[in-house]
Amino acid sequence: MSPITLTLKERPKVPLEAETVTPDAFVTMSNEQIRSSLVYHGKRHCRLDDFFEVTGEFSDLIEMHGDLHRVKLLGKSMSRGQLKVYGSVGMHLGADMRGGRIEVTGDAGDWIGAEMSNGFIHVHGNAGGQIGAAYRGSLRGMKNGTIIVGGTAGLEVGMRMRRGTIVVGGKVRDFCGLQMKGGTIVLMSGAELRTGAWMVRGTILSLQPLPLMPTFASSGHYNPSFIDLYAQELLPHGISLPNHASAGSWSRHCGDSSIPGKGEILIWNPA
Amino acid sequence: MIRITGGKIFDPANGINGQVRDLCIDGGKFVSSVIGGRTIDAAGMIIFPGGVDVHTHVAGGSINFARAMTPEDHRRTTAFIRTQSRRSGLGGMAPTTFATGYLYAGMGWTTVNEAAVPVLSARHTHEEMRDIPILDKTSCVLMANNEIFLDLLEAGEFERAKDVIAWHVWAAKAYGVKAVNPGGVAAWKWGKDAKQLTDPIEGYNSITPGTIIGRLAQIIDELGLPHPMHLHCNNLGAPGNVWTTLETMKLLEGRRAHIAHLQYHAYGGDDWDTMRSASAEVAEYFNTHTNMTTDAGAVLFGDTVTITADGPWQHLLYKLTGRKWGNLDVENETGCGIVPYTYRPSNLVNSIQWAVGLELLLLINDPWRIFLSTDHPNGACFWRYPEIIQLLMSYDFRKDCMTKLSPIARERITLPDIDREYTLYEIATITSAGPARALGLTQKGSLGIGADADVVIYEEEKDIAKMFSHPRYVLKGGEVVIEDGDIRATPEGREFIVKPSFDPEIESFLKPKFEDVYTMSFENYPVEMERLEHADIRECINGQAPSPPRTAEKEPDRADEGVEF
Repeated sequence: MSPITLTLKERPKVPLEAETVTPDAFVTMSNEQIRSSLVYHGKRHCRLDDFFEVTGEFSDLIEMHGDLHRVKLLGKSMSRGQLKVYGSVGMHLGADMRGGRIEVTGDAGDWIGAEMSNGFIHVHGNAGGQIGAAYRGSLRGMKNGTIIVGGTAGLEVGMRMRRGTIVVGGKVRDFCGLQMKGGTIVLMSGAELRTGAWMVRGTILSLQPLPLMPTFASSGHYNPSFIDLYAQELLPHGISLPNHASAGSWSRHCGDSSIPGKGEILIWNPA
Repeated sequence: MIRITGGKIFDPANGINGQVRDLCIDGGKFVSSVIGGRTIDAAGMIIFPGGVDVHTHVAGGSINFARAMTPEDHRRTTAFIRTQSRRSGLGGMAPTTFATGYLYAGMGWTTVNEAAVPVLSARHTHEEMRDIPILDKTSCVLMANNEIFLDLLEAGEFERAKDVIAWHVWAAKAYGVKAVNPGGVAAWKWGKDAKQLTDPIEGYNSITPGTIIGRLAQIIDELGLPHPMHLHCNNLGAPGNVWTTLETMKLLEGRRAHIAHLQYHAYGGDDWDTMRSASAEVAEYFNTHTNMTTDAGAVLFGDTVTITADGPWQHLLYKLTGRKWGNLDVENETGCGIVPYTYRPSNLVNSIQWAVGLELLLLINDPWRIFLSTDHPNGACFWRYPEIIQLLMSYDFRKDCMTKLSPIARERITLPDIDREYTLYEIATITSAGPARALGLTQKGSLGIGADADVVIYEEEKDIAKMFSHPRYVLKGGEVVIEDGDIRATPEGREFIVKPSFDPEIESFLKPKFEDVYTMSFENYPVEMERLEHADIRECINGQAPSPPRTAEKEPDRADEGVEF
């Protein structure tokens, strides 16, 4: 199957809502149908080809080119195929995703992978906040799947996530893992304030020291074998987690006892 | 002018059970004959009087708070898109005002009673009720935890307390009086609750919940309000609360009362692990005491949001679920708690609650005294009533549903042993004629000459839930509002209110209290008549207590063979 390519003609002045751009939809559509699919430019109903050059049809591989940081909801609820963006994307990328892969070479906005239930998202640049989070009012954020961000990330990463894995290469801002109910967040470069606030369950790993809240209690140093499993899974994505006893150990902090929660924050201490 | 021909009429208020008759409508009322006008051919169809909901929460501060607290539900709900004749809105767990009207009418309900209005938010409630199209509305004002009233009872000033109640009913432009967890919400201001009817209430020396219940029922009878005291008993939702409920019912002997959402008050056992259904005990007592009416407050499995003036209970529910919690304090009058909730068949307590609601509807043998309700949105949303109707009309369907319950749950309930199936005549009684009579709305719940022409016409079919969810026609006040699943017209509804008599001097007693303790000035407190659109002042039955609810009339033989459900 040759990919469908979408090239942005001109940057939209206000955000463009393009939830129609998913492999699930395009795999059954002819080139003309793709061109005429509905996008919202502010309150206006527009055709996709008002904004994009479109080539290809009937494929679940989509390639997008251009500065798409004002294009929202790409890959929403997708369950198959691949969406590859050469450039930056806007908010809600892969929200409610159920499967398939998304790769972004540039930066991404807030709410990527929000409430996703499966699939894989890799953003090579920086991302915004609320990665894999629950939308306002919802009880649960991402339920499964993996999100990898090469650069930095914003506020409330993994807020109320239930399962799944988030890895962030750069520094993360405040309230990482807020009200987290399960799953794993890996912080390669640490985070700012109040990491793990209100966490009920789940694991936050940090390779850098973290400012911890007083409601997290220190509970020893160790080299748990589950880290080896994680390391094995993440290695193909170019992420290496240390765990060898000769290299150091993880110090475990449990909390957030103001809930009281059964979560844990593991911080790497090099030998 | 409309003539409806050939339909099978189910009109319990006039003892008509499935006879084929023509209905004639002129000027919004049923008349004996019309010449000309539209004819609706209802041959083979089933005709009910428009539904009446005796206990629901559709307008005011608490439901509005619930709407604000549940954005996640709004996202997954199908929206009403604005058209020429219809406003936009959202359904779901706590529907918006306009959508509430569309959804109720779409199901064939034409009158609702908003069951809990604090006087302080009565103005807000009336504004919202104005925005609920099609339906006629009544409301009950919360009085059982009002500080001024409780202080007067403590001081033994009964006559003045009566004037205070009457003044507040008129100030709130209400139709009836609601008592929620009498004394308990007042005690909640001290972080306490009132679980024993004979113990003095926190913050008072002598008065007990029992005092409040007895006195309030007496006042309402003496004022001659058309609807009796609308009582949410103490100890709602707690295992073993059947004793409180039975004690309360004994206290009410010789008085009229409507016991709201009885399902939440009929549990046995000592704690959550040993909780069991006590509907048989409650039904046995209720069946032999005809001074009371009740509504089921049935529970259905699924998501909803619970809202009640019972603040202490909601705090407990929040502690039990760990979900969201909202609490409102309404100054000296009452409070309110809001907690979103999911009823699950895998949960023992929820399974028992589900069964108890149905058991009460099936074990209480007089359909004129128990009415269909879910205490919307507490037990389930009102738009799920057709599911309950199906459960009541089909023993086999109930058996199927019971397979979802755990064996432990099935041992704690009596539902598997009850094979009663409701007839259409009984359904028409519990959804329309009965609640209309309990509310004292003589022109509602009837297809007789002179009654309001609120009619719902169903196409008879075997899938009961489908039949009751999608009426073919709904007429409100003689106007076709629903036809073939479409909203055809959205007339504004009326509001029924009462003006009980009181000594005007009571204002000089009340005014200084407002200046001392209320945030609102006395002059701004009562709701002005101009705030109400299409208000209809109903007569009080002055000088004598209205007669207790009429009891079982034997169901007349059904005139036709009908579909076997």
